[in-house]
Amino acid sequence: MVHLHELKNKVAVIGVGNTRYGNFPETDDYGLAAQAFRAAVDDCGIDKNRIDGLLVSRIPYYARMGEILGLNPRWTITLPAHGRMSGMGVIEAAAAIAAGLCNYAVLLYANIGRSRRVNYGGDEAPGTWDPWGFTSPGAAHALAFRRHMELYGTTTRQLAEVSVAIRYHAGLNPDAVMRTPITIEDHENARFITAPLRLLDYCLINDGAVCLILTSRDRAKDFKKPPVLISGFGGQDTYSPSSIANFDIDFWHPALSAAGRQAYEMAGVTHTDVDALMCYDNFSPTVLFSLEGLGFCGRGESGGFVADGALRLGNRLPVNTDGGHLSNAYMQGWALNVEAVRQLRGDCGARQVPDCEVVQYVQATPCTRSIIYTRG
Amino acid sequence: MPYTKPLPRPDALAAPFWAAARQSRLLLQHCPACGDMRFPPSPVCPNCLADGQDWIEASGQGTLESWIDMHRAYWDGYKDDLPYRVCLVRLREGPLLVSNLVDRTDDLRLGLPVKVVFDAVTEDVTLPKFTLA
Repeated sequence: MVHLHELKNKVAVIGVGNTRYGNFPETDDYGLAAQAFRAAVDDCGIDKNRIDGLLVSRIPYYARMGEILGLNPRWTITLPAHGRMSGMGVIEAAAAIAAGLCNYAVLLYANIGRSRRVNYGGDEAPGTWDPWGFTSPGAAHALAFRRHMELYGTTTRQLAEVSVAIRYHAGLNPDAVMRTPITIEDHENARFITAPLRLLDYCLINDGAVCLILTSRDRAKDFKKPPVLISGFGGQDTYSPSSIANFDIDFWHPALSAAGRQAYEMAGVTHTDVDALMCYDNFSPTVLFSLEGLGFCGRGESGGFVADGALRLGNRLPVNTDGGHLSNAYMQGWALNVEAVRQLRGDCGARQVPDCEVVQYVQATPCTRSIIYTRG
Repeated sequence: MPYTKPLPRPDALAAPFWAAARQSRLLLQHCPACGDMRFPPSPVCPNCLADGQDWIEASGQGTLESWIDMHRAYWDGYKDDLPYRVCLVRLREGPLLVSNLVDRTDDLRLGLPVKVVFDAVTEDVTLPKFTLA
């Protein structure tokens, strides 16, 4: 049996790619994924016929995807549309490579929610509590954030710091969808979607696709860009209450603590080593929950932690330097993993974290995952 | 006026809950083997995996654990009700329920005692909702 820690630095990301982000009714998920795939192949210079592993998420049919890309892998896996699958997908692919199930894995994600007018609530997503009008992931996060406000005195002005810092980063990213700077006042004056959450607490809905190519560390030396190592990862699921979807009464604190601890121990790093945090920000409160769960601050202290622009580049802890889901693109964690790679390569231009050596990805979701990437 | 908000979907497992609600009774699914209680119901006990789950009548009393005001109508039937209030209640028996808090006051805090009320929204469906106790 392989002990998890033996997988430290055994697998690397060698290629990343993405489409533009926006509204593309003229194409579909396969077309967008093909663009992202071509970009990732160009990024690392791999002969695509060497790719022998295929992982797809939010793409209808893996075999059609393989047909379109001219791939006949020996390892294939399909993950559902949920954003939480991004962290899970990277970990599954790393384990598959380490086990020899494939040598070169391509991970593909596509979303056509904007052009197809997806609402993420109502009859699109039937749930137990529909008869009471409780629907949408945003409502679940509002329910959690209200508890946080009541338990710890966290304010919406503190929550605004998350959206403002991440929008600032989007302004440094020429590819981000929403780049106009916002202020705390803008946040406070935005319309409610589900009080206490407002429009600027909600992620974007846009089309786009993302691709990562992974291989073993030994094979990773032969490509155009320096490899980025997967140094640590951890996971913890929380399936009760799944009927109250996207909600945990403890803000996923136990799961985040467990997943973070596994990842830190495996990578041999601590919080103080983390140069940037890529944090699944489908709704701004998840950033607060993640900071507490990972131990960047104590329970209930995240409101104070994020004050005065702490999450901005150059300050205490740069979070979501590409603009995240809130302002770059709703690529459900996949683009955040790509941003981790680009930061460690030093490819990020105006938004580059200086001397970036350790980047952590985290998703505070019913499937909580964290991944620590380091320079190869 | 027809009722245009979402109704419970037909579900054999949950049928006793909805039948009781029509009689202004709040039921929880219960495990005779280990005493675990829950809603929504489960085909086996999540705690001990026993079959033969039955139902017990809940006190209808609990505490307010969170609340939100929905400002967007994901169903057209809610358009005239915006914003409407959803609450999270911890029943005295333990389980969490999502429901509606019928009170409009903003003077709310965690842990306030609440009690069930029954809203017969159609001839066939009565929704358990909550009010400040």
